[in-house]
Amino acid sequence: MKNDLIIILPMILPTLAGMAIIILGVFGGRRLAPWTALASVGGSAVSMFFVWRDYQYPFGSLLWTGPLAMQAGFAVTAAAAAAILMSVDYVRREKLPESEYYALMLLSMVGMLLLLTAMPNLLMLFLSVEMASLPLYVMAGMARRRTKSLEAAMKFFLLGSFASAILLYGAALVYGGSGSLNYAGIQAQTETMPSLSVVIGVGFIAVGLLFKVSLVPFQMWTPDVYEGAPSPVSAFMSVGTKIAAFFALMWLLAGWFWVPVVWSLSALTMVVGNIAAVAQKNIKRMLAYSSIAHAGYISVTIASFRSEMSMRAMVFYFIAYAFSNLGAWAVVAAVAKEGEKGTEISDYAGLFKTNPFLAAAMGLFMFSLAGIPPTAGFTAKLMVFFAALDAQMLSLAIIVVITTIISAYYYLRVTAEMFMVRTDEPNEVKVSLPTAAAIALCAAAVAVLFLIPGWATIWVR
Amino acid sequence: MSISSHLLSLIVFVPVAGALLLAAVPRGRSFFIRRFSLTVSLIVLALSVFMVVKFNPHSAGMQFREFAEWIRFAGGDEQHKRLVFSVDYNIGVDGLSVFLIALTAFLFPISMLASWKSIRDHEKAFYICTLLLEGAIMGVFVSLDTVLFYIFWDAVLVPMYLIIGVWGYEKRVYASVKFFIYTLVGSLFMLAGIVYLGLEAKGGWTSNLLELMNSPLCRAAQIWLFLGFGIAFAIKVPMFPFHTWLPDAHTEAPTAGSVILAGVLLKMGLYGFLRVCLPLFPDAAVLFAPYIAALAVVGIIYGALAAYAQSDAKRLVAYSSISHMGFALLGIFSLSAQGIQGALLVMVAHGLSTGALFLIVGMLYERRHSRMLSDYGGAWKMMPAMGGFFMVAALASLGLPGLANFPGELLSLIGAYRAFGWPFVIPAAFGVVLAAIYVLNLYAGLMHGQIEHEEVKNMPDICFREAMILAPVTLLIVLIGVFPLWILSRTAAYAENSARAIGSSIYLEQQSPVTDMQKKGLR
Repeated sequence: MKNDLIIILPMILPTLAGMAIIILGVFGGRRLAPWTALASVGGSAVSMFFVWRDYQYPFGSLLWTGPLAMQAGFAVTAAAAAAILMSVDYVRREKLPESEYYALMLLSMVGMLLLLTAMPNLLMLFLSVEMASLPLYVMAGMARRRTKSLEAAMKFFLLGSFASAILLYGAALVYGGSGSLNYAGIQAQTETMPSLSVVIGVGFIAVGLLFKVSLVPFQMWTPDVYEGAPSPVSAFMSVGTKIAAFFALMWLLAGWFWVPVVWSLSALTMVVGNIAAVAQKNIKRMLAYSSIAHAGYISVTIASFRSEMSMRAMVFYFIAYAFSNLGAWAVVAAVAKEGEKGTEISDYAGLFKTNPFLAAAMGLFMFSLAGIPPTAGFTAKLMVFFAALDAQMLSLAIIVVITTIISAYYYLRVTAEMFMVRTDEPNEVKVSLPTAAAIALCAAAVAVLFLIPGWATIWVR
Repeated sequence: MSISSHLLSLIVFVPVAGALLLAAVPRGRSFFIRRFSLTVSLIVLALSVFMVVKFNPHSAGMQFREFAEWIRFAGGDEQHKRLVFSVDYNIGVDGLSVFLIALTAFLFPISMLASWKSIRDHEKAFYICTLLLEGAIMGVFVSLDTVLFYIFWDAVLVPMYLIIGVWGYEKRVYASVKFFIYTLVGSLFMLAGIVYLGLEAKGGWTSNLLELMNSPLCRAAQIWLFLGFGIAFAIKVPMFPFHTWLPDAHTEAPTAGSVILAGVLLKMGLYGFLRVCLPLFPDAAVLFAPYIAALAVVGIIYGALAAYAQSDAKRLVAYSSISHMGFALLGIFSLSAQGIQGALLVMVAHGLSTGALFLIVGMLYERRHSRMLSDYGGAWKMMPAMGGFFMVAALASLGLPGLANFPGELLSLIGAYRAFGWPFVIPAAFGVVLAAIYVLNLYAGLMHGQIEHEEVKNMPDICFREAMILAPVTLLIVLIGVFPLWILSRTAAYAENSARAIGSSIYLEQQSPVTDMQKKGLR
């Protein structure tokens, strides 16, 4: 038992810090909240490095830890750290309740870490999905003076609980069909002859998770929520939730039976996400659709699970996408004025003149998301190509090619506004130090992971 | 560690390092920024000259090789580890790339000097982009690893996109986005092709071009891969009917951008055909050769006619590029040693002569702020020195013997004649006649006639800086025209080797219906 508690130290630390932040807030220590949160996120990552290195099954196989979970866990903590850094200035500007904000973010991160490790048990899976989502529902609506934020929270909450219910129902069906809530038990049953209720149950569980990663046709909520929620929250959601939920999905759907399903989902997602993104005028909505499109690219690696590279490709894509996307959202958070004004793409006109480094960083993130070298986004696309062709999924590879071309158009439009459009009233932007740090770290990661891609997949075997 | 053991790395990364250093210089110190970037590009020029001098003309193999492991992903279980995916830093030059590198190194200082006064906004960013562009282009020409090749190929796009879009003329945003997307369409199919090719190789994944040459593919795979790579290269050349991005991009780009685009970027497409398509997919190359040659001939005629129809001087020069590239393409797909050598010579000569024309049109624009032929007329009276340089460039462009373009075009036509006979050569040769018409139309429209506009009277002749831009280009145009053998002797080993390689693969296929025309080309 004592040993088990040490294994979940990466979750315990941020939970304690979240409580401490709320108590500190009562006694006037609000200003310390982001730094406490950041320290606990760092502590979580460090402790992960020491206690998750081996494969272990704490609490009687309720959880599962190992190097792979550690690699994904680093990406989630990095997302939280970047989101906290870009929140420091944002939360004060938008007058959000400071200590609650950071405490909820930490709790959500704990949920995501649990989701990464919850695979062996379906009940744990459900609990961790809820743990990750509930704080996010609240955070999406925290800017309560903006109606869009309230709308986002409402939509997110209703559809999110609906999805959770389906997930729970699926778990019940699986239990009914296999007599087990345990992954090993279910697998043993399905390998011989899967009963109908197990197949439907796994499908329902997958639907619940597909909602979280927003694959088409479960993406409807994404643009509205990402647009309405505070930008750092959208950043955190679009990266952390996606990574954690994809990690769980991978175990469920990487099998022959599901190939046609995953094939159609990812093809549909790439096409719909990219085409819809072209039509967006608001950069938050554009990034929302872009995150849908990237979910499509990630699911290509699930469909091509036969390739030895599929796991690496997936993890690398997570991490490359995480840094490019977090960086882009950090720029969005920095450029927006009070009340989230200045989130139209046209508000970026002339940014290169007023803030050349900010514009250059945003350009880097856009090119990385579009998969243009020399960025980590390119290496990620290359690995997806490799996995797809290695698994003889030529059709998916061709769809990746075509949709990437479409995506280049909307990413380029942002760079064209920033660098090329000449305007008399450029948007003067003051970037606070923590936000600048987040942007710089993401930019450095995007460049370094291109040069040394092995670093992102050291623990993937 | 001597210079020559890392010569190519220096040529690629000195400009990149220069760009990074430049980023640290405070804005507004344009005196320093200009001179610093010019110095960097002159260092690269010196290194390239050193490379050309050291180049062994008798070897058909790769020289100045450098190799380092880069990306390695192992797979398999603990006992049987094997390489699943790898990319290496693998570079070298042969007779194909040596003069393209030299041409690139030569044109960059020229185009920087040409931007000396005309680039005012974001001066630092402009030189950073230019230096990054130089490094990326050099990388394309030295890569011997398919993925590395692709990385540099796409990395060229970003700075060029910015150069057109930020410092171009009125329709620059449209032109730059069109340029980017158009090229990306081709290059992503190439990326899929690269991955597929590497997976098909004998003994598992490889991205090493030299190894790939030794693992022959079946005919069907060759055809698909040829199409995948070919579309990327054909767009870049540009081959008719994939040329529509070119007039916009060339016309809207600033002078330096046009010079680099026409001088070097178009050659990347031809280079790709020679480096990848011919040696790796010889059967497919033989199959497609007559069709591509036919499109090349259409391009020659179409480009020339379209050039004649232009009233915008810059657009005229842009369309003439399509025509010139047709000659190079025709030479390459004659699949004969003469044709390939001719194409290589046309590439270099076109880079110089069309580069010179863009420089001159840019200089005229700086004086008169118009690119319309009708706004000029009689300018020779005001600027005799410019007229002289212009005359040489114009005559080279129309293929006058004794100037750079003539020997290359002649060799291409000879190669085409041996491969395809009269039906291809007569219309292509007619393209030379058309070239005379549009070039003289350009020259006469700008320089001859009476002065009709008051503004023309106030146009000063070229200054010292502009003379320093035009003199070396003109000198090289004449030298290459008079001593083409100096280049041809260094490319001969490569051209013969690659023509022979394709020939041998056809002889193996004697049973298959090889058309009469193709047989003629292989005698």
